[in-house]
Amino acid sequence: MPDTTRQERFEQTVLPHLDAAYNLARWLTRNEQDAQDVTQEAFLRAFRFFDGYQGGNMRAWLFTIVRNTCYTWLHHNRPAEAAEEFNEEIHSPQDSGPADPELQLLAQADRESLRRALEELPDVYREAIILRELEGLSYKEIADVASISIGTVMSRLARARTRLREALCAPQAKES
Amino acid sequence: MSCKLTQSYVSGYLDGELDLVHKIEIDQHLESCPDCARELESLRSLRAALRGNQLAYAAPAALRGRIESALASAAPAETRERKSAWRLPPMWQWAGAFAVLTIFAVAAWRIVPALTGASAEQRIAAEVFTSHVRSLEGDHLSDVVSTDQHTVKPWFNGKLDFSPPVEDLAGDGFPLAGGRLDYLEGREVAALIYKRRLHVINVFVWPGASGTVSARVLAPRQGYNTIEWSRGGFHFWAVSDVNPADLAEFARLLQARIAP
Repeated sequence: MPDTTRQERFEQTVLPHLDAAYNLARWLTRNEQDAQDVTQEAFLRAFRFFDGYQGGNMRAWLFTIVRNTCYTWLHHNRPAEAAEEFNEEIHSPQDSGPADPELQLLAQADRESLRRALEELPDVYREAIILRELEGLSYKEIADVASISIGTVMSRLARARTRLREALCAPQAKES
Repeated sequence: MSCKLTQSYVSGYLDGELDLVHKIEIDQHLESCPDCARELESLRSLRAALRGNQLAYAAPAALRGRIESALASAAPAETRERKSAWRLPPMWQWAGAFAVLTIFAVAAWRIVPALTGASAEQRIAAEVFTSHVRSLEGDHLSDVVSTDQHTVKPWFNGKLDFSPPVEDLAGDGFPLAGGRLDYLEGREVAALIYKRRLHVINVFVWPGASGTVSARVLAPRQGYNTIEWSRGGFHFWAVSDVNPADLAEFARLLQARIAP
């Protein structure tokens, strides 16, 4: 019988995005075990809501669920972090043009310092940069996943990049 | 275009996400401004570093197995039913269905009159639905338009004989949009308006609930979904045309914010 069950359909269409889902959870929780728990929870939720999926970008749909699951999880398990309200205006870095050595420093940035710089970003900047640079989402897709405007996506990415550059080119980045 | 303006757009330029007019302006500016050109170069190096260092994490091998078995136990009934090797002949299936229906009908006939609570609930569900639809007609969605919970909450002062809990869920993708007085169950209630992208979620709140009653999803009505729960002494009814998944998520987030 060619009749496939809902679970089989789910496993064929959603489960292939496991790595991408885990990557987002891993960057948002910044912890391997937590990321696994959150990813599993997110897939169970996605399975429950699978009938509500109305076509469109499957990966973005899944990211939305993973993201929501992450923030809910963080809210319950790390309330101190979640309570820190993030004010984008206050945190906007002052722009100073790049000095020439900056290009070199960026070109030489290693995996470890990149990871550290990413982990130190505020959540909203980190998720934007991960979805853009590691998952290749368009501004529109990021806007849908995070329920923000495209203008906000653009400014968050700009600020995230300025911060990353600052972090990677700061003197302590070279020492450690 | 000035350098300052260019620098605020150069990240979007790098992503190829600018509209044509801005893109052309930046193109022109970059040709004549070495500082801004270097800014773009620096962003390109950053991008190369981010993309060239294998920063994406792959899921551990065991996780797939964990999820597959969790899925299997989440959907056991369905799997068993579809995969069952034997089937009754159609006539017996119909007979079986008829028998089950008869049992339900008799059960309903015997039990429903005893459950007066069910009809009160249906009445509220109908009122909530009507209020929601009415609020979307014309422009009577909000009496107080604000995304700030500290503006919306005090607005109810003096208008209601209780102070409804008001939480903004913008960080979770459900920004607060305002509040309104409404009328349900013969009393004034608070209606809180949330947005989910272009969708509107109405949350009706009134006191008198005893204890915590976990969220219950009601049968959809003309494309609108409804969830109700009680927490912190308040009744909550959320209704919207967002998909059931989003509404369930919304209900869960809101419950988590309110002390039991």
